[in-house]
Amino acid sequence: MTEKVKVRIDGEVIAATAGQTILEVARANDKYIPALCYMEGLSAVGACRLCMVEVAGVARLLPACTTPVQEGLSVNTTSPQLHSYRKIALELLLVERNHTCAVCVSSGHCELQSLAQEHGVTHVRYPYNYPKLGVDTTHPRYVLDHNRCILCSRCVRTCAEIEGAHVWDVAGRGIQSRLVSELQRPWGEATSCTSCGKCVQACPTGAMAEKGWGVEEMTKRRTVVSRLSSMREGM
Amino acid sequence: MATKKIVPPAVGAATVEAPAGQASEATRPAMKKITIHHVSRIEGHARITIKLDGAGKVADTQFHVTQIRGFEKFTEGRPYYEMPSITSRICGICPISHELASSKACDAIMAVRIPDTAAKLRELVHMAQFVQSHALSFFHLSAPDLLLGFDFDPAKRNIAGLLEEHPDALRDGIALRKFGQTVIERLARERIHPSWAVPGGVNEPLDPQAREKTLAEWPTAMAIVKRTLELWKKTVDSYPNEIDSFSNFPTMYCGLVGPDGSLRLYDGNLRFVDSDGSMIADQVKPDDYAAYIGEATLSDSYLKAPYYKPVGFDGGIYRVGPLARLNVADRCGTPEADAELAEYRARFGTGAAHRIVQSGFHYHYARLIEATYAMERMHQLLDDPAILGAKVRAHAGVNNLEGVGIIEAPRGTLIHNYKVNDDGAMTWANLIVATGHNNLAMGRGIRQVAERFVDGNHIQEGALNRVSAIVRAYDPCLSCSTHALGTVPLVLELHGPDGALLDEIRTE
Repeated sequence: MTEKVKVRIDGEVIAATAGQTILEVARANDKYIPALCYMEGLSAVGACRLCMVEVAGVARLLPACTTPVQEGLSVNTTSPQLHSYRKIALELLLVERNHTCAVCVSSGHCELQSLAQEHGVTHVRYPYNYPKLGVDTTHPRYVLDHNRCILCSRCVRTCAEIEGAHVWDVAGRGIQSRLVSELQRPWGEATSCTSCGKCVQACPTGAMAEKGWGVEEMTKRRTVVSRLSSMREGM
Repeated sequence: MATKKIVPPAVGAATVEAPAGQASEATRPAMKKITIHHVSRIEGHARITIKLDGAGKVADTQFHVTQIRGFEKFTEGRPYYEMPSITSRICGICPISHELASSKACDAIMAVRIPDTAAKLRELVHMAQFVQSHALSFFHLSAPDLLLGFDFDPAKRNIAGLLEEHPDALRDGIALRKFGQTVIERLARERIHPSWAVPGGVNEPLDPQAREKTLAEWPTAMAIVKRTLELWKKTVDSYPNEIDSFSNFPTMYCGLVGPDGSLRLYDGNLRFVDSDGSMIADQVKPDDYAAYIGEATLSDSYLKAPYYKPVGFDGGIYRVGPLARLNVADRCGTPEADAELAEYRARFGTGAAHRIVQSGFHYHYARLIEATYAMERMHQLLDDPAILGAKVRAHAGVNNLEGVGIIEAPRGTLIHNYKVNDDGAMTWANLIVATGHNNLAMGRGIRQVAERFVDGNHIQEGALNRVSAIVRAYDPCLSCSTHALGTVPLVLELHGPDGALLDEIRTE
């Protein structure tokens, strides 16, 4: 069943299993590809476009998190072009909503912030959107700040695939897309929410946080979701 | 329109203008207007307008704060526990003040009494901030006027000129400010906008090494404070005219005091005293501030004008800050500061008990006495074994829907008042900042100085500098007071009777 294939990542020949994605193979072999919407243990959606890689013989860039490997595949994970595209993707994430690191509970522990720093995003070249967005404080233990949401949908998948409650969804289209809990009920009134908090731990930014923490204080246990998933698979 | 630039850019641009068609001597306008655009060496943006009558005498003055920010509005909907960090961004000079006042308002919303160690640590970082902020005000902002002279060459009447003429004093100022900032950094990890003070206390206990290092550096910093105080005590008498006319008028005074009436900077109750030192209101609980302080909106400034409510707007003028705090308190409560306070009152106090020092010029003197107090209090706190305690934070949810936090910021009484909904989202905020309380007094002080020094027929730069200097004496933080953006410019305008701009000073 597990067919072995050989692929080349940044020139190095690596043994992989057919069906694995480029990102899974790369991470298993200490090859770094940045990603925001990907989380080990959850289904991959290819939403953030940060894991784009160059594949030999393919004219366009492909997302590493959703592209399965096949025999003889040759992948390039870094190049000036990839760096430039990833930087653009990060800048567009930053202008879309109101990311103010200075007053954010997750500053210093934020995946978006650290990727921006890693890619040298010292400023953004596009006009800010400044949407007027609310904060859902109705849950007794957690808070959702739409200003800091990047629509990676890690919370949606965590709730649906790991907790099995499926409280979260993304409503609307394009720039109007918003994370919603239970058909747009306030989070605190969502009857299907078990208050397990795994969505909060899965969130890469300060969009979801535990109540009561001040600036820079919200650290997340990122491995919770992956660990639960691997236990379930009996690995 | 004839525009004559009479002041070099070191102070700002001032212009005197005659209305169109009336430029000649013979047809001199009946009235003129001077504008100081961008008052320099203050924190924030402001403009001063001086109107002159036909004889060239001051007819009216106005103090306009020209910046606006809107923290009270845009924080609506935010979780209340983010407020300390959001409001600390109001100011880069005293972010600690906002963070502490805000944290206290949040403590009130949580209905917690914070651990004893946390209260002491908050006071400790506050003392460090007093030292650095008072050093900044005295040395960096005002010393060019005070040590070089108000009429000194404006091109050199700045920190560079100070370096030439008084290098030791400047070095002292920089070292003292650095000491305060370093202590802040040791406690709170960052000098500017740290996030150490949090609702319920602070988020990390004191590192014993930070205590040792600070105690080791303390004597050098204390020596600077003493040296500066001695220097100022010798120098102050050379400014009789300034003492006489820099906001030298009776007002009420407001500040925090302890249960025994002594000076309090971090915690305490409000006290209002009258111009003769008689008690008007004492031990007013922070929660009750709104019964005593009203806020009026002025048509020509973004800065609101707080007033003592029982007296009403305009008449209810009171002052806050170093001068007011020393007028309000019975004593400082630390030995050296108390000795200095006694000497200060003996020299400049009025009334039977020599209790009240009235001239706004003495804000500088009072500031140095407070720096002495802050240094002594810092030592007391570091000597207290409880300062190294490990319990530094209380956790709680929303238990009150409204909270008030009041502290004495370096520039005066700072009030944060928040309302939240059951979920902890901010629904309303009111911030009354030190400089706001002093708005009416600064306006009146400008009038007094202008009347004394500004002669419309012969406008001297030094005279206009004194008009700016009265604003500087209050050490206003206009960025804070309007919760507004900005660096340091101020504008002074001189207008004719028909409103034409006659003169202006502008600092870029």
